[in-house]
Amino acid sequence: MTQPASAPTVSTAGPSEPLLQVEDLRTHFETPRGIVRAVDGVSFTLARGKTLGVVGESGSGKTVLSRSIMGLLPKRGTIREGSVRFDGTEITELSPKEMRDFWGARMSMIFQDPMTSLNPVMKIGKQITESIRQHLDVDKKYANELGENLLRSVRIPEPEQRLKEYPHQLSGGMRQRVCIAVALACGPALLFADEPTTALDVTVQAQVLDLMATQQRERFMAIVLITHDLGVVAGRADEIAVMYAGRIVEKAPTSVLFSDMKMPYTEALLSSIPKIEHPSHTRLNTIPGRPPNLVTPPQGCKFAPRCTYVQPRCLEEDPPLMPGTQPGHEYRCWFPVGTPEGAEALARNRADQAVTGGAA
Amino acid sequence: MPAPPPDDIPIPGPEGQRDLDRYAEDSLDSGLAVAQTQLYVSAVEVGGEGRRRGKGLGLGAWLAIGWLTFIVAVSVLAQLGILPLKSPTESFSECARLGPFAKEGTAPGHLLGCDSNGRDMIARMAYGGWSSLVVATGAVLFGLVFGGILGLLAGFFGGKIDAVITSVFNVFLAIPAVVLALALVAFLQGAASSGSGGDNVDPKLLLILAIGIVSVPLLGRITRASALTWSQREFVLAARAQGAKPMRIMVREVLPNVVPAMMSIALLAIAIAIVAEGTLSILGVGVRPPTPSWGNIIGLDRGRIKESPHIVFLPAILIFFTVLSLNFLGDVVRAKLDVRESAV
Amino acid sequence: MLLLVTFFTFSLVRLLPGDPTETIIPFGTDQQRAQLSKDLGLDKPFLQQYVNYLGVPVLKSEGTSGLLQGELGRKYATNQPVSDLLNQSLPISLQLVIYAQFLALAIAIPLGVLAAYRSGTRTDRAINTTAFAFLAIPNFVLALVLSYFVGARLKWLPTAGYQPGWLDQFFDPDRGSMIFSGWEDNHIRYMILPVITLAVGQIAIYMRLLRSDMIATLQENFITMAKAKGVPNRRILFRHALRPSSLTLLTVAGLNIGTLIGGAIVVEVIFGIPGLGTQIAVAISAREYVELQSYILVLAFLFVMINFVVDFLYIVLDPRIRRARAAA
Ligand SMILES: Nc1ncnc2c1ncn2[C@@H]1O[C@H](COP(=O)(O)OP(=O)(O)OP(=O)(O)O)[C@@H](O)[C@H]1O
Ligand SMILES: [Mg+2]
Repeated sequence: MTQPASAPTVSTAGPSEPLLQVEDLRTHFETPRGIVRAVDGVSFTLARGKTLGVVGESGSGKTVLSRSIMGLLPKRGTIREGSVRFDGTEITELSPKEMRDFWGARMSMIFQDPMTSLNPVMKIGKQITESIRQHLDVDKKYANELGENLLRSVRIPEPEQRLKEYPHQLSGGMRQRVCIAVALACGPALLFADEPTTALDVTVQAQVLDLMATQQRERFMAIVLITHDLGVVAGRADEIAVMYAGRIVEKAPTSVLFSDMKMPYTEALLSSIPKIEHPSHTRLNTIPGRPPNLVTPPQGCKFAPRCTYVQPRCLEEDPPLMPGTQPGHEYRCWFPVGTPEGAEALARNRADQAVTGGAA
Repeated sequence: MPAPPPDDIPIPGPEGQRDLDRYAEDSLDSGLAVAQTQLYVSAVEVGGEGRRRGKGLGLGAWLAIGWLTFIVAVSVLAQLGILPLKSPTESFSECARLGPFAKEGTAPGHLLGCDSNGRDMIARMAYGGWSSLVVATGAVLFGLVFGGILGLLAGFFGGKIDAVITSVFNVFLAIPAVVLALALVAFLQGAASSGSGGDNVDPKLLLILAIGIVSVPLLGRITRASALTWSQREFVLAARAQGAKPMRIMVREVLPNVVPAMMSIALLAIAIAIVAEGTLSILGVGVRPPTPSWGNIIGLDRGRIKESPHIVFLPAILIFFTVLSLNFLGDVVRAKLDVRESAV
Repeated sequence: MLLLVTFFTFSLVRLLPGDPTETIIPFGTDQQRAQLSKDLGLDKPFLQQYVNYLGVPVLKSEGTSGLLQGELGRKYATNQPVSDLLNQSLPISLQLVIYAQFLALAIAIPLGVLAAYRSGTRTDRAINTTAFAFLAIPNFVLALVLSYFVGARLKWLPTAGYQPGWLDQFFDPDRGSMIFSGWEDNHIRYMILPVITLAVGQIAIYMRLLRSDMIATLQENFITMAKAKGVPNRRILFRHALRPSSLTLLTVAGLNIGTLIGGAIVVEVIFGIPGLGTQIAVAISAREYVELQSYILVLAFLFVMINFVVDFLYIVLDPRIRRARAAA
């Protein structure tokens, strides 16, 4: 079954070209209820060795975005448009067969739930070496040694032993480490980490994230770190993209985002960072209201119905991505936080609320 | 296996994940319940999977209904003597063993030829349909009533009652259905002839009883599973908490919910019972000649299949299409009622 | 469980009508019959007969031996030990059923996987529809169709008879194996049509079962994960998805062996194969109760054994059950 190792594709990209370039990516699902616009025009670039944090509430399309970029979604019932350039290759046009040389080898993924992402009836060792033997031209023995080393590098004690065990014999944290080992096995240039710690204990969370950071440094790997928790990406991402209803609503270098956020949604997310005393996998829903219906999204700004800054204009006109004052900062808002317009809008709403509240 | 086509493994979004652990346990639990494979399979898996639900019946279902209506109408009308058919027991020597495709040509007036005794095939198949349908429907009704009652009691009350009923079911299920039916027919035949001192008991009744008894544990287990699920629903628990009499809850709250599951299985059970009657006939203990049934028309003349294949194949075709229609309708009904999990 | 079955069959069989002494000495006097009854222990109370039949050491009557001593009884008419008849007929039916089972699984598994993989497409629908049609063909109809067309018309294969295979010699040392003999009287030649007859219905059942479980498994996260590792589709289907999807299939296939032996009766009768099915049919019409009772008991015993084997295979297939068992 082993295929010859993929011939090292000569990078057509110049040194200046980013590793990953996503342009106006759309991913819609045909469902009986109608067309679900899970990802609706996302663009970003990611350089080698850097980390992009993707933050958003549950259902904002983070998982679909990552799977769509990797091309892991089923063909049937899915409409994918836009462009994804990986290392100089346009990968949206490749067949699954051609993608197999990318999957696991040059880009890989860690899934949200370590409990269900390992095959319950296959030994850990097999699951790790499978990828190695698929992509690298090595024999079984050597693959096993590599697997053992990988487990050691993700700090799993007694790796020889573990290779012979089944997933149910490991704890959740260990399983996620195994998943990381699987994802790192062939030294990918790009790693998608889809909420890698959401299902884990708070104490284990930091360990797993630190582990990923160490591996990233050692391997000069780019990471797309997906989470619903701004706190997770705060110290780890170079850049942060905030997603809402299938779009990026604000994007900025990490320090800029925290010091100068423009989107009321980002502000609301920040205020919902879980406190230490809350176990973080209980999802806080401090933003009142619900994410919009993706089949028939509201006219105007998608966040308007829940926004404290909302003005009549927001309900009619959809704001485009506007450049911020600092380089690399973009946002979609008519009345941004921290601007005179924004302050005025907020003040007006507060006043209205006081009036209606008083009248009631 | 041909090489996998260049399509893609379907991978859905984060929704619809299944807990494998739970699943493995379920499969273990189902243990003996799956003895009757056909019932089980159709209860678990329905080809249409929601595709048919909600929408109209579809062409297939109408064809199935049409065929069944035709078969039932012909059998009933024949039995009532309304159809201008020949007698199913009268011999026409000029036509014996000749089928519609015989070299000599069939004798005039016998469109589909005659059996080895020269009895008209059309008449025999029409009257035979009556026997087969009566036996099959009767047996399934018997099974539904008794299997239903026992299953309902077991599922609703649980505990000792359940343990006793279930182990009785298991004993029956450990014996292959055909063997059990054969033994029961032999037993009932003897009991009838020694009891009433004659052969005045309708042999069809014996078959109904024999096949019916065999079906009791099968239908009973399905009812039990369904009753068990429904008995744990909130409204039943609420009724219990209000101190309603258990029998009353069982009949008023649980039974009406269990009935749809049973009805959808019933169509399939009738199909199986038609085949069972055929099998018993081949083995020589079906409907007693000269009364025809689809099974015994085949059974009597299967030795002459080489010279007169039509005697075997004509009723075989009837059985095939009838069983096919019943299976298909059963699936449609199940998909409509969506009784998949409650039935297992 | 087995005890319940023995009691049940014993009662049923003892209550069967007709006096066995009539079979043995059809023209004897009443006095001779009474004597024979006594010799056979038929005059004893019902429960005593049952205890004798079982051969419980302390309770049984003097000089009798029962099931626990491995004594299955004798045929009334010929006084032949039932165990001899079993040794001749059981291996025949077992082989028939084993072949049918393997053939069915060998065809159903790839088809089921393919149908699941292509679920909703034309391939899937074609496979499903065909399976559905096959499901509606009764065994006896298929047996007759095959024996007529392939046997009688084309004359490719025999329509009746049997030649011993690899299993017979273990039960009955007098029989050789005809599995490597010339084609004319080869064991396999005689088994092809009956096996196909038995297998066809099973293929449909197994395929549909596997398909639906497989569809569910293909939605699992670990399948996406395998795909993201770059594992080829064929390997995902057969290495990752098949095993966790096969538990229900295994249960049904295992339990079916008992049912298949029962279902083999009509096939054996039609193809003139002297297997257990034929023996049962003969025993019933000849009112050979002891014989019948032993056959039923053997079938029930098989059924229970297969249950054990299925449980064991579960453990092999799914390591999580291994742990659950160890903990229990
Ligand atoms: N296969 C699919 N078919 C139809 N709709 C889908 C499919 N997959 C995802 N969706 C929808 O797309 C939207 C985005 O889902 P997605 O899983 O990407 O959210 P998420 O941001 O990852 O949320 P979470 O934090 O809960 O993981 C949801 O509304 C979801 O219902
Ligand atoms: Mg997600």
